[in-house]
Amino acid sequence: MTGKRRSIWVFGDYRNFFQNRVTLQLLSRAVDLAAKINAEVCVVLLGYEVEEWVGEYIAHGAQRVYVYDHPSLKDYNQEIYVALLERLAQEHSPEIILVGATSFGRELASRLAKRLKTGLTADCVGLDIHDDGQLIQTSPAFGGNLYARIVTPEHRPQMATVRPGVFQEIPHNYNASGEIVILKIPDDLPRPRVHLIHSEIKSRPAQKIESAKVVVCGGRGMGSKNKFKNLNELARILGGEVGATRPVVYSDWADSECLVGQTDKHIKPQLLFSFGISGAIQHTAAIENSDFIIAVNKNPNATMMKMADVAIVADANQICTALIKELKKRIRC
Amino acid sequence: MHDLYLQNLAENKMLKLLVCIKQVPMVTELPWDAKNGTLKRELAEGMMNTACKHALEAALQIKEERGAYITTITMGPPMAEEVAREALAMGADKGVLLTDKDMAGSDTFGTSFVLARIIEHVCPDFDLILCGTQTSDSETAQVGPQLAEELDVPGVCSVEHLEFNRRTLRTVRLSDNYLEILEFDLPGLITVSTQQFAPRYVELKGLEDAFNKGDVAILDGHSIGLDADCISANRSFTNIQDVYSPIASKKNVVLKGSAKKIVEHFLSRYEDKLSGAIGKDLKAQEKIR
Repeated sequence: MTGKRRSIWVFGDYRNFFQNRVTLQLLSRAVDLAAKINAEVCVVLLGYEVEEWVGEYIAHGAQRVYVYDHPSLKDYNQEIYVALLERLAQEHSPEIILVGATSFGRELASRLAKRLKTGLTADCVGLDIHDDGQLIQTSPAFGGNLYARIVTPEHRPQMATVRPGVFQEIPHNYNASGEIVILKIPDDLPRPRVHLIHSEIKSRPAQKIESAKVVVCGGRGMGSKNKFKNLNELARILGGEVGATRPVVYSDWADSECLVGQTDKHIKPQLLFSFGISGAIQHTAAIENSDFIIAVNKNPNATMMKMADVAIVADANQICTALIKELKKRIRC
Repeated sequence: MHDLYLQNLAENKMLKLLVCIKQVPMVTELPWDAKNGTLKRELAEGMMNTACKHALEAALQIKEERGAYITTITMGPPMAEEVAREALAMGADKGVLLTDKDMAGSDTFGTSFVLARIIEHVCPDFDLILCGTQTSDSETAQVGPQLAEELDVPGVCSVEHLEFNRRTLRTVRLSDNYLEILEFDLPGLITVSTQQFAPRYVELKGLEDAFNKGDVAILDGHSIGLDADCISANRSFTNIQDVYSPIASKKNVVLKGSAKKIVEHFLSRYEDKLSGAIGKDLKAQEKIR
């Protein structure tokens, strides 16, 4: 082994379909980045009977796969995974480590960066190489209202977590070849202190609003509980779901299941109507992935109005009422 | 009441809980620089970060069930004292605010480093640290796990349910579509999901009392034994090169006028977009009529 060639590592996250996709997406980007700094693309894969993933990662651009394959790694485990990655990274000094921004990946990357005494940029939506060879990491802040370009100037590896869906995976290439490095778990790993008692596949019941194509959201600017009910009618006509901001739910104008105002709950409709919402951070974070936003607010400077594709400066309830009237003329409902 | 707490505490009967709380800006209140899309952050009005509030609520529920002494830990500018006092109003027993200009701009590495040093200074024999899963301003979700690393204690992230069995904490979480039950022995750290532990409402009277009488200790780096060199060596390993607004690049068509005019204009201009999303042809239906 040369030991001199620079390397970009991708954490092989495969536990479910969604996690595996982000790994493939990162591999695709790592291949592009590696070309710019003449580096080798490696995947670190931990688990039990993970052979199928080795092949998949090589087919997707990995030139080398480090594999720890052992029954004790059957379940994802932060402490063991971090300890193994820490040692491997210290041995090989990768230039860059990329981790999918899954729940597991975000925690793993945080811990690993701390142990390696290096910087970590969260939830990147863009990665590039600067002329001077540094990794430029673009990360959203303030509920997507701002993007920051971040570098890690003096510490290595440069570490980033990346949101699923940011990069496109490259198609399988079964003719690709790569080096497979099978590693043995060292005997002197510290014993884990967190014990997994039970694990089962279970998804949170998907709420209608999270998969709706059209969402009609209302805030306090609707004026009153009675006027807020107009939004139900508009949503019905549009075949969409009603969403509400936190103050509206707290005022009992809408049920708590309508709440669109948590940083960990995102909606991504094709059309978002936003009535009388100023745009508090919890709300904008939840709606930032909407395709097309129509905001109605008396205040043209409200954050929500700035985020909108169409900003209507008017009373929210008046526009809602007029829309219902016009749509009823055009759609039989 | 307070004396009883201290007495119980002295006899080691009560859990010592630490809750890390951050003050974050209310974005709607932030003045924008429309040209480059940056925020004038120093003018921001602050609020307690939502996830931190859920962590505090989890601590308060532990306190109600089995007794606990809750200390909140905050790092930030002097005005962050507000959230420490709000936490007292919700039911925390003591607040600690570390405010030091040298620490401004710390990244998560630096923040978790300093938080660990504060904790070693004010409550080295803690039982459990509770953090919010993430903050609304930077959304990294990194500080909790990095603090656990810094203090070398076991930790579990995104906890939705917890249960004590003597010195063992059983936690339940749903992450990456896996329901996991994880256990560790105290002392340790959890980050609390906003899916559960909806924060309680604070009466105005409680807020007034907390602002008038509450116990908030204000510290700086020097008072916990950190010198400027040590702070700067650990402050931040990442540099923000620039900040830009992705929404500034949106077309942002502004419509004004009477409601009727706006709606008519809107429907004709965006008819295709609307039809596509709702799966109904607006124009065709109009013709049928």
